[in-house]
Amino acid sequence: MTATTANPTTPSPEILVNVCDLAVTRQGRTLVHDVNLSVARGEIVTLIGPNGSGKSTTIKAILGIVKPSAGSVELAAGIRIGYVPQKLEINQTMPLTVRRFMQLIRRHSSPTLQQALDTTRATHLLDREVTHLSGGEFQRVLIARALASEPDILVLDEPVQGVDFNAELEIYQLIGDIRSSLNCGILLVSHDLHIVMAATDTVICLNGHVCCSGTPAAVSSSKEFRDIFGARGAEALAIYHHHHDHHHAPDGAVIHHTADPHHRA
Amino acid sequence: MLDDFFVRALLAGIGVALVSGPLGCFVIWRRMAYFGDTMAHSALLGVTFSLIGDINTQLGVFTVVALVAIALLILQDRAALPSDTILGILSHSTLALGLVAIALMGNIRVDLMSYLFGDILAVSQTDVMIVYACTAAGLGILMLIWRPLLAATVNEELARAEGQRPQLVRLIFLLLLASIIAIAIKIVGILLITALLVIPAATARRFASSPEQMAVVAAIAGVLSTVAGLFASLTWDTPSGPGIVVAALMLFLLSLLLRSHSNSG
Repeated sequence: MTATTANPTTPSPEILVNVCDLAVTRQGRTLVHDVNLSVARGEIVTLIGPNGSGKSTTIKAILGIVKPSAGSVELAAGIRIGYVPQKLEINQTMPLTVRRFMQLIRRHSSPTLQQALDTTRATHLLDREVTHLSGGEFQRVLIARALASEPDILVLDEPVQGVDFNAELEIYQLIGDIRSSLNCGILLVSHDLHIVMAATDTVICLNGHVCCSGTPAAVSSSKEFRDIFGARGAEALAIYHHHHDHHHAPDGAVIHHTADPHHRA
Repeated sequence: MLDDFFVRALLAGIGVALVSGPLGCFVIWRRMAYFGDTMAHSALLGVTFSLIGDINTQLGVFTVVALVAIALLILQDRAALPSDTILGILSHSTLALGLVAIALMGNIRVDLMSYLFGDILAVSQTDVMIVYACTAAGLGILMLIWRPLLAATVNEELARAEGQRPQLVRLIFLLLLASIIAIAIKIVGILLITALLVIPAATARRFASSPEQMAVVAAIAGVLSTVAGLFASLTWDTPSGPGIVVAALMLFLLSLLLRSHSNSG
């Protein structure tokens, strides 16, 4: 497997997470093996790969939710982790407002809560019951919850799952903004092979192991990526990197608009 | 007009309800009604064990129920069978084992009905003291672990990822559950303990806007049901457990009616 050097853009990277030869086995089945990756402060790392390629497993091993069967996961001492899980079902029988949900693990002052919700444009949801929120609203709350404790590293597992395309773009935009405002590292799992957020520094393409990694452009033009996902997937990945503003036709095809691509914020 | 035995039963019942309400909330939030049932059913084995070993019944029951709970946890983590199949097997097997074991002890006379359905005549002064010691300790511990337990209940992986120890609080919670089962046997009986956990909590759901409120309302609903049920038991000479459960059910149905008339809460 080839691995291009990660993240050439960060000047003096403080490494927050370092994963070395990670393998996870469950009931005799190897879910991932030989995963090497690192996330530096201020860096956005995106994990992509087909279903069952071990993206979530890798993230869970980093977070200490599953035990590695080989290799190591090193977290910088004393760093605070913010986690936005892929799925989080709140039991209907639990009365839980957004305000209370955001303080599930740590208490926060009202201004902190407000500010975090402002960031994800969810301020108006503060006193709503979490079980009454729509998928997109809940996603914003989940991200705001993780932000409220000002994490050093934010780990998001498919944060745009189940939200519509405009919301998806908005969330990606938001994640880019968070990186600069909090100066944290971001580790992101993307559900869509064709769309890697433009702000990504490093793409890691996983298929049981790291097939290829590097800048979005480097990965999408690499042979390994094309072998696995086909030329069309590679193309779309590259396109999205260069042009922010495009839409999808009902059949999923990418429609281009004149681009004013870089950093609207 | 109140006999001593009845005052003792009343005191003990109120003590039990004060803890079973809040614990019951966690039982329904964690979808553990069946798990709780399995634990309660294994209490009969605990009774047999205490009779053979000639030790305090509550202590024997607590020990056996706690061990069964831990065994269940391990089984759920390891076994290839779905969780509800395991519980389906063990819930009734433990009850059957207990019944067989008691029947085999030919030389000791056991009032089986009182263990299965509760018996207010059986509550001694020592029992009342044990109940209040357990209630005080149980509520104290529950308050100490409240926040981490709630976080672990909402999402174990999230809690784990952000530095909590969800497995530890879950274990403490199960021990609390085992102790409430041990002290509730004489009041509600083995077969109906789960009802005292689940019904007041379900009643409380409709009147609470936070988890903490729900716990308090559940405790109150539990106390009301217990008092009403014990009076019914005294008046009509019925076993105390069914009386309490019927009262809890009526309170629950009443809450449905009340709730549909007003939208507040």
